[in-house]
Amino acid sequence: MFWTYAALLLLVFVTANVYGRFRAMQVAGHQLSALHSRPSYHGGYLAILAALPAFVLLIAWAIVEPRLLDTMVISAKAESVAGLSKAELQAFLRDARAIAFGGIVAFSDAGKEQAAEVFSSLAQTSFILKTTLIIALVAGGLWYGNRTITPTMRARHFVERTVMALLILCSAVAIFTTIGIVLSLIFESLMFFRQIPILDFVFGTHWSPQSAFEGAGAEHGEANTEIFGAIPLLVGTMLITAIAIFVAAPVGLLSAIYLSDYASTPVRAIAKPVLEILAGIPTVVYGFFAALTVAPFIRGWGESIGLSVSSESALAAGLVMGIMIIPFVSSLSDDVINAVPQSLRDGSAGLGATKSETIRRVVLPAALPGIVSALILAISRAIGETMIVVMAAGLAANITANPLEAVTTVTVQIVTLLVGDQEFDSAKTLAAFALGLLLFCITLALNIFALRVVKKYREQYD
Amino acid sequence: MALEMTTDTESAMDTTMSAPPAVSAEGETLKMRGRDVKVFYGDKQALHGVDLDVRKNQVTALIGPSGCGKSTFLRCLNRMNDTIDICRVQGDILLDNDDVYDPRIDVVELRARVGMVFQKPNPFPKSIFENVAYGPRIHGLAQGKSDLEDIVASSLQRAGLFEEVKDRLDEPGTGLSGGQQQRLCIARAIAVSPEVILMDEPCSALDPIATAKVEELMDELRQNYTIVIVTHSMQQAARVSQRTAFFHLGNLVEEGLTNDIFTNPKDQRTQDYITGRFG
Ligand SMILES: Nc1ncnc2c1ncn2[C@@H]1O[C@H](COP(=O)(O)OP(=O)(O)OP(=O)(O)O)[C@@H](O)[C@H]1O
Ligand SMILES: [Mg+2]
Repeated sequence: MFWTYAALLLLVFVTANVYGRFRAMQVAGHQLSALHSRPSYHGGYLAILAALPAFVLLIAWAIVEPRLLDTMVISAKAESVAGLSKAELQAFLRDARAIAFGGIVAFSDAGKEQAAEVFSSLAQTSFILKTTLIIALVAGGLWYGNRTITPTMRARHFVERTVMALLILCSAVAIFTTIGIVLSLIFESLMFFRQIPILDFVFGTHWSPQSAFEGAGAEHGEANTEIFGAIPLLVGTMLITAIAIFVAAPVGLLSAIYLSDYASTPVRAIAKPVLEILAGIPTVVYGFFAALTVAPFIRGWGESIGLSVSSESALAAGLVMGIMIIPFVSSLSDDVINAVPQSLRDGSAGLGATKSETIRRVVLPAALPGIVSALILAISRAIGETMIVVMAAGLAANITANPLEAVTTVTVQIVTLLVGDQEFDSAKTLAAFALGLLLFCITLALNIFALRVVKKYREQYD
Repeated sequence: MALEMTTDTESAMDTTMSAPPAVSAEGETLKMRGRDVKVFYGDKQALHGVDLDVRKNQVTALIGPSGCGKSTFLRCLNRMNDTIDICRVQGDILLDNDDVYDPRIDVVELRARVGMVFQKPNPFPKSIFENVAYGPRIHGLAQGKSDLEDIVASSLQRAGLFEEVKDRLDEPGTGLSGGQQQRLCIARAIAVSPEVILMDEPCSALDPIATAKVEELMDELRQNYTIVIVTHSMQQAARVSQRTAFFHLGNLVEEGLTNDIFTNPKDQRTQDYITGRFG
């Protein structure tokens, strides 16, 4: 139904467009120069007037109608739904709808039959109302547009403004989605913090949520607040991230310098895409590379020199994660290094500086803000990375700085908390949201910091 | 000027520097000499065998229509063309008696002797002080901090910029006006005490007042340095240079005293160019 109307409106749009052009030429006496805007803008003007309001109505209707019908049915049939729980009410409405519009009915009774009747009669009214309104809007738009097409009419401005509104709408969608996600994170986390004090969570040093209902307080069905300490997870995350950056920063930066200033054009043409392919490898592949190749290798190597290495170690995960984020560092740094004007390099070379002196003393300082933000982006990527650490870093929530031990990270724990049977209001599940919020805050802070750095040092050249 | 076969660059320069300097017919010392210089960008030839001398302590102006190879020739003089992958240079270019393109010549040392100022002022995104100190630092010219400060101050002084910036030496060089930036670039070049300063349209991004300052400066600098300048302004060439060379389509058409070139050109193409018939 919706799609039929949408298709019809598209047809209206195209037709109005064609007619608008024709009409514009007509009122201009077929003299282009007499028109303020070119005929295609008049076409767009008429098409927008005719189709857009109706289209907006169509969408609004599709969103509002089901809820409205539900409420009206419930109020009309108040006696048959009295005393139903929320879930039962849902089932009732679902069945009534199925009876009215066809579908699989779980079981029917008199109440539902009556509700179904109300449903179909309301739907009928709604349909007639919708159709009338749409036709009225299309006709009104066409009539008004047709009347206002004159040679001096500023159709171009109208079309431009409509396009702008459309663009604003699209970015608003992205922004509101983000806000929505953040809000839901915050609300779920607040529910968690109602059970576990926020300080216990952020500063607690003991993490074992699987044992939430054992030990002290367990018999009252209360969660033990002592076991939701996020510190071990943060330490693990930081350890692995540090190892990853330790690998990725030098390798990425130096390869970026090579690519931008030393590599010949053919080498660059091949090497840069190949480096970027690293970014395209699915992280799960890195994950089993880390778990099956690197971890045993490190273990074997450690044992050969007499160190005890756990089979899942921060080092293995960190190293592989470092390799994974090399392309972030190298590709972004390469861009900023390239953005340093050639004139600065020439100026330095003209004073007798060698290539490496030029890079060290002129290019890198000039590119520093960009490089810093590349590094920070890579760090936030590493912090948020899940697959590799799930497979290679282990689950032991240790507080340690020893890279040879197993650690666990925020993301790994979110995964383990949400895998398996869930109750959506237990502290254990809600902890996942709190961890998500924590992670979000950390990466957000990093990004803001990166933006600050970039802004502070920007505009040094040019 | 037979070069002794030495493997050490420095000794190659030392031995040749002791040879008597080349002189022109009028007895003026020739600081740089280009002999049959041909330059190719890939397959495209940009210079078709140019013979041009640069006289010591004089300003030599290179003029000619756009794309005729002025910058290309200028960049040969301190091998800035090396930074362009596809560029090939043939022929001889001599600085005093050293072949600039001799494989034993150290480009770093060459560019310290033959400095360059570019068309667009390109101060480094560092402080004014650091901009000027850059060259002395990389060449290790200063013995300690106070020595470096002296070099910076005297370079700024000679570039006529000291008075304007002496209170804000640690502010970024990019914060100066265009004309100040260009004089900063000149100070930066002077700081490594070069023998020759190459300037590629140094005033084309400047307003008339800043231009006048830079021109005045060139006249003073000529006491101590040899200057080669590319310019599109006939008036500027006439004002600042002692000798002028006219390039056309990759050829050196005519070279001589600036006065002669502008009042009494021998070649029809020169005549056409300076009277504004083409270019
Ligand atoms: N990097 C380069 N790659 C390829 N060709 C080049 C390059 N630089 C210069 N050329 C070519 O060499 C010729 C001479 O260029 P050059 O820059 O020396 O001219 P010019 O006399 O300085 O001109 P202008 O007055 O416009 O600066 C031109 O035809 C130009 O297209
Ligand atoms: Mg040029």
